[in-house]
Amino acid sequence: MSAEADPSALFRQEASELVASIEVGLLDLEKREGDSELIASVFRDLHTVKGSGAMFGFTEVAAFVHEFETAFDRLRRGEAAVNADVIAVSLKACDHIRGLLADPATAPAGKPILDALAGAMDSAAASGAGLVVQVRLPADAIRLGHHPRRLLDELAALGKTRIAALPEAIPPLDDLDPTDCLTGWRVEIEGNVDPADVEAVFVFLADLIDLEITPLGDPAPSMAEAPREATPARTAAPAQGSGPDTMRVATERLDELMDRVGELVIAEARLHSIAQTAGDSVLLVVAEDIQRLAEGLRDATMSMRMVPIGSITGRFRRLVRDLSTQLGRPIRFETSGEDTELDKTVIELLADPLVHIIRNAADHGLESPQERQAVCKPETGTIELDAEYSGAEVLIRVRDDGRGLDPAKIRRRAIDRGLTTEDAQLSEAELFRLVLEPGFSTAERVTDLSGRGVGMDVVRRTVEDLRGQIEIASEPGHGSTITLRLPLTLAIIDGLLIEIGGEYYSIPLAAVEECVELPAPHAAASGASSFLNIRGSLVPFVRLRDLFAVTAPPSDFQKVVVVTSGGSRIGLVVDRIVANNQTVIKQLSRLHAALKGFSGATILGDGTVALILDVPQLVALGRTIEDRSARLERAA
Amino acid sequence: MTKTILAVDDSPSVRQMVQMTLKGAGYTVVEAVDGEDALDKARRGRFDAVITDQNMPKLDGIGFIRRFRELPTAVGVPVVFLSTESRDDLKAEARAAGATGWMTKPFDQTMLLNVVKKIAG
Repeated sequence: MSAEADPSALFRQEASELVASIEVGLLDLEKREGDSELIASVFRDLHTVKGSGAMFGFTEVAAFVHEFETAFDRLRRGEAAVNADVIAVSLKACDHIRGLLADPATAPAGKPILDALAGAMDSAAASGAGLVVQVRLPADAIRLGHHPRRLLDELAALGKTRIAALPEAIPPLDDLDPTDCLTGWRVEIEGNVDPADVEAVFVFLADLIDLEITPLGDPAPSMAEAPREATPARTAAPAQGSGPDTMRVATERLDELMDRVGELVIAEARLHSIAQTAGDSVLLVVAEDIQRLAEGLRDATMSMRMVPIGSITGRFRRLVRDLSTQLGRPIRFETSGEDTELDKTVIELLADPLVHIIRNAADHGLESPQERQAVCKPETGTIELDAEYSGAEVLIRVRDDGRGLDPAKIRRRAIDRGLTTEDAQLSEAELFRLVLEPGFSTAERVTDLSGRGVGMDVVRRTVEDLRGQIEIASEPGHGSTITLRLPLTLAIIDGLLIEIGGEYYSIPLAAVEECVELPAPHAAASGASSFLNIRGSLVPFVRLRDLFAVTAPPSDFQKVVVVTSGGSRIGLVVDRIVANNQTVIKQLSRLHAALKGFSGATILGDGTVALILDVPQLVALGRTIEDRSARLERAA
Repeated sequence: MTKTILAVDDSPSVRQMVQMTLKGAGYTVVEAVDGEDALDKARRGRFDAVITDQNMPKLDGIGFIRRFRELPTAVGVPVVFLSTESRDDLKAEARAAGATGWMTKPFDQTMLLNVVKKIAG
C-alpha cells in the first residue's frame, strides 16, 4: 500500500496541518488574548483532530486532544482567561500531539501537560478564589451506607464546582469488588469557601479519609513538574519551517484544470492534423513537441484527480459498526485494495450507492446470530469490500457471507410487481438483475435501514451514469457478491480511432485486446458463422456496419478489433483502423443519452465528431449472440 | 418514595421524639425496643437508615451493629450510633462495628434531622 493511499497516513498529514493551524492560532492568541474568534477557531481545529483521530484508530491522539479540547472549552465559555502560561503549555500540547502522531508508543505521557494546562487556566480563572478538594473515601464506605454522590452534592452546595474523578486506584475488572469505593474525587470549588465547611461535609469520615484542601490556583506538586517533563518533547519536535508535503486544492480548480487540458488536447489534435497536411517539417516538429507536452499534462492532471478508495472506506467502517449495533448482529467489516485509485468525482458519487449496498448486505444478506448458529456459520457475519484494477476498469466488490439471494423469491416478487411474467424464461443472472429494477424489494419487512425498494435502482442509475456496470452473484446459504465495474476516469481516455462507412468512432484503448484481419471466408456481408477462430478460441463478432446500418460498400480489407469487458470478448468488424488518439469524453446530449452502444462523443483534430463505442454493451451483445447460437445448436 | 428509618432505643420518649421529628420531615419510622428486636425487624425488611442507641437491654448498640452488618440487607445501609458519652474510643468501636455516623445525646430535633438528612438523603 503506498504511503499516500494509507488512510492513516492521510490522517497524519491532515492532523499535522491542523496542529500547525492550531499553533498559528495560539501564537495569534498570545497577541490578542481576548479574541473569541481565534479561540473558537483553535477549538474547531482541535475538534477535527479529535474526530478524525478517533476514526482512524489514533486513540492516544484522540484521548489527549479530547482533554486538550475540554480545557480549551473553558476558554471558549469564558470560564478562564488566556494568559502567557496557557499559551506556553498549549504549545507544548501541540508538540505532544505531533509526538503522538509520529509514534504513540514512544511519546511521553500527556497527563503532566494536561495538568499544567488546567493549572495555568485555574490560575487564570477570573476570581482566583476557591478551593481544590481531593478526597478518597475508605473502601467500605458504600457498604457502610455512605453516599459519595450526596457528599459531592453537599460540596456543590458550597459554591460552583467542577468535579473530576480520580480513577487511579481502580483495579482491573477481574479484581474489582463493585461494592468497594475506589474512586477518588478532585473537586474545584469556586468562590469564597471556608475549608471548615468542606471538612464538615466529611464529618463522619474525618479521620478515615485522605482529604486534601488546597486553595484554587495553587499548582499542585504534580503540576509544577509538568513543564520539566514536557521539555524533551519540545526539543524533539522537528523544525516546522518547511511547509507540508502536500497541499489541498479546491476540487473546482482541478475540474477547471481538467476541462482546460481537455480543450488543449483537442486543440493539439487540430494542430497536429494541420501540420501534417501542410507538410511543413518545422511546424511538424513543434506540433509533435506540443503533443508530447499535452500528453504529459493530461496524465499529470488526471493523476491529481485520482483518490484512493481508502478515502471513503472509513465512513463504511463506521456505518457497519452502527448497523451492527442497530441490528443486534455482530458484523466484521474487511476492506482490501484501499489504495486502488479512482477519479475523485467517481469516488464521491460512489459513496452513497456503496452505503446502500452495504446496508442491504447487513440488513437482508446477513442472518441473525441465531439463524447463523442454526446453519453452523460463525455468529459474526462478514462484509468485505474490495477494490482492484481490471484493465481500464476498477472493480469494487461488496461480498457478504449471509444467506444469499433466493431466486425463487425474487421471481415471485418480480411477478408480483409486474416486472416479469409468469412464463418468462429467465436465467439466474437475469433474475438477479431484476433486483435493480425500480420498485423491487424482497425484504418481508421494511426496516428503517433498507427495504423500501428505492435503493437498488438508484444504485444502478448512479453506476450507469458513471459508465459502470453492476453484476450480482449469489450462492444460496453462502452469501452474495455485488460487483461494481467502473471506468478509471470520466474525462480523457486513450482511444483507438476506427472508421466505418466514412464515419469515425473511438474505442477505449484499454478495452482493446488485439486487432486482426477479417479472414476471407467471413468477408462477405452476413456470412454464415458469426464466430472467429482466434488462435483456437471462438470469439463472437458483430459487424458494426450492420449494427449502424451502413449501406456503402465495405473496404476490401476489413479489420476486427477484439475488445474485452468483464472477462468476455467480442470482435468488432470495422472498415479501417485509423490511429490512436486522445479521446476527450464529451457527454452525449440528453436526446442521445439513451442510445445503446455509445458512451459519449469526442471531437477530433479536424473538428469532426466521433462517437465513443460502449464496449461493455457491445460485449453484452456478443454474449446474446453466443446464447442464441447455443440455443440454436440445442434445437438442432 | 418515602424513606424508612429504623429507630432503635429502649426509651419510649426518645423513640417518640425521633418518630415525631422524622415523620414531620417525610420519613417513615419503624421502632424497635432493643438490639434483638431491631435485628428481627432488619431481617424481615430493608431500611434506608438505622438510628440506634448504645445502652439497651438484651443487645446493646455496638453488638446490634456488628450483627446487623452480617445481614445481606445491611449492605449500603447507613447506621447512626447514639450515645450519651462522647468518648472517642466508643466512637471508634462503633465505627469498627460498622456505624456510619454518630450523634451524642442529648440532641435536639434539628440536629437529628440534619444527621439523618446527611446520611439517608
